[in-house]
Amino acid sequence: MASYSTNEFRAGLKVMLDGDPCEIIENEFVKPGKGQAFNRVRLRNLMSGRVWERTFKSGESIEAADVVDTEMQYLYNDGESWCFMNPTSFEQVHAGVSAIGDKAQWLKEQDTCTITLWNGDPIAVSPPNHVVMRVTYTEPAVRGDTSSGATKLATLESGATVKVPLFIEIDDMLRVDTRTGDYISRVKE
Amino acid sequence: MDTAAADRWRPAASVETLRRRAALLAQIRAFFVERGVLEVDTPLLGPAPSSDPQQQCLDVAVPGSGRRYLQPSPEYAMKRLLAAGSGSIYQICKAFRAGEQGARHRTEFTLVEWYRVGFDYRALMDEVQSLVCGLLQRPPARAFSYRELFQRHAAVDPLADSDQVLWQRVAAAGIEPSEALRDAGRDAALDILLTRRVEPAIAPLGAVFVYDYPASQAALARLRPDQPALAERFELYVDGIELANGFTELADAVEQRRRFEADNLARRVLGLPEVPLDEGLLAALGHGLPACAGVALGLDRLLMLALDLDDIAALQA
Repeated sequence: MASYSTNEFRAGLKVMLDGDPCEIIENEFVKPGKGQAFNRVRLRNLMSGRVWERTFKSGESIEAADVVDTEMQYLYNDGESWCFMNPTSFEQVHAGVSAIGDKAQWLKEQDTCTITLWNGDPIAVSPPNHVVMRVTYTEPAVRGDTSSGATKLATLESGATVKVPLFIEIDDMLRVDTRTGDYISRVKE
Repeated sequence: MDTAAADRWRPAASVETLRRRAALLAQIRAFFVERGVLEVDTPLLGPAPSSDPQQQCLDVAVPGSGRRYLQPSPEYAMKRLLAAGSGSIYQICKAFRAGEQGARHRTEFTLVEWYRVGFDYRALMDEVQSLVCGLLQRPPARAFSYRELFQRHAAVDPLADSDQVLWQRVAAAGIEPSEALRDAGRDAALDILLTRRVEPAIAPLGAVFVYDYPASQAALARLRPDQPALAERFELYVDGIELANGFTELADAVEQRRRFEADNLARRVLGLPEVPLDEGLLAALGHGLPACAGVALGLDRLLMLALDLDDIAALQA
């Protein structure tokens, strides 16, 4: 397995630490004049999302993590896992609940997502920043209520709930930002 | 071609930075001329690399002479001049240290190094203060012993506490060392506490001397005759930036050989290549080094402070 020396550390590098794949966020070289050189490193644990700080002896090497981001198409959910396909090789992977987390609510069949693979297995899923989904339920607008800025809740086909303006109706198609869960606009079909 | 690519030839240093550097160099030379210290110029390529396990040298293949080493400091060469009767000397030169790259480190950097015959480290601290506080227009430096700073800011006695206590303090400071760093020994724990506890605490004090380092960090300093657990070594910090390192010079050839050999032993333990001893320096010490004190001052960091820059890269001409 490849490894990286502290001299090669830079933001974005994927390494193994305590058995988990991590991404280097920041690397600072520190050396007192006549003393030990070390590297103060901040890393994001790609399994938990938590940020770690670790101090390494300069020149020491740590194992590289085989982590790649790849674009894949979402196919279906079989009740336990979410299946994605590489559109060129047609290879399929199954992502479990821990990899999907709360992203499941933004998955729409055929959409292209970014899948983070560690040793070939999905560990994280990023849906497209914007998705378009149908409203399956929302309260009808109260006639005469024209106050601007007022919102109500709408349930989407995936089960997600978003705050929407009062004029939105069932079966409208909405564009939503998956990073914030915010309504962006109504889409004309 | 995009603008970024078209501008790649531009030096990082501004013309203003070049002017400030030139002015600083002129002031430094005037300071030494006034004190009758002789400017010297020793070879950058030396016959032996530094033995210091914490310093890795760049090597160069020189046709006809074999392998030569770019100096990590002009110390050995200048001590040969002192032994030859030069009297007090100074030098402004490039020095090279492999693998040192960061906001305050460059592989290639500039040192002002000087030796004062008849001075001890305390007398030299006064002179360093005159030069640096004069150049940066700062109030006089305060001075604290290494031990008192560690007791006050890191809650350890660096001379008496066990390795275990030191590593406990490292952990208590929220610092998680890698296994290899933890294995690097007692001085590694002290260096972590120095950079994470002591340096931030003295940064607001402006110019600060730290003196009387543990003997294990003596480098080429003489040990205190009255307290051999301490080395007659000092560092000057300004705003938390380490600027100068000096000591009463070790003049004992036998002790010098013993330290070279101890360095090689430490190198073996660390898995680093052993280095040939600088027999020229040992012979010079055997001939007789006059009682003297010497100091190396980082010119680039001095300029960082003068210009209020936080990355040494901005000085690159």
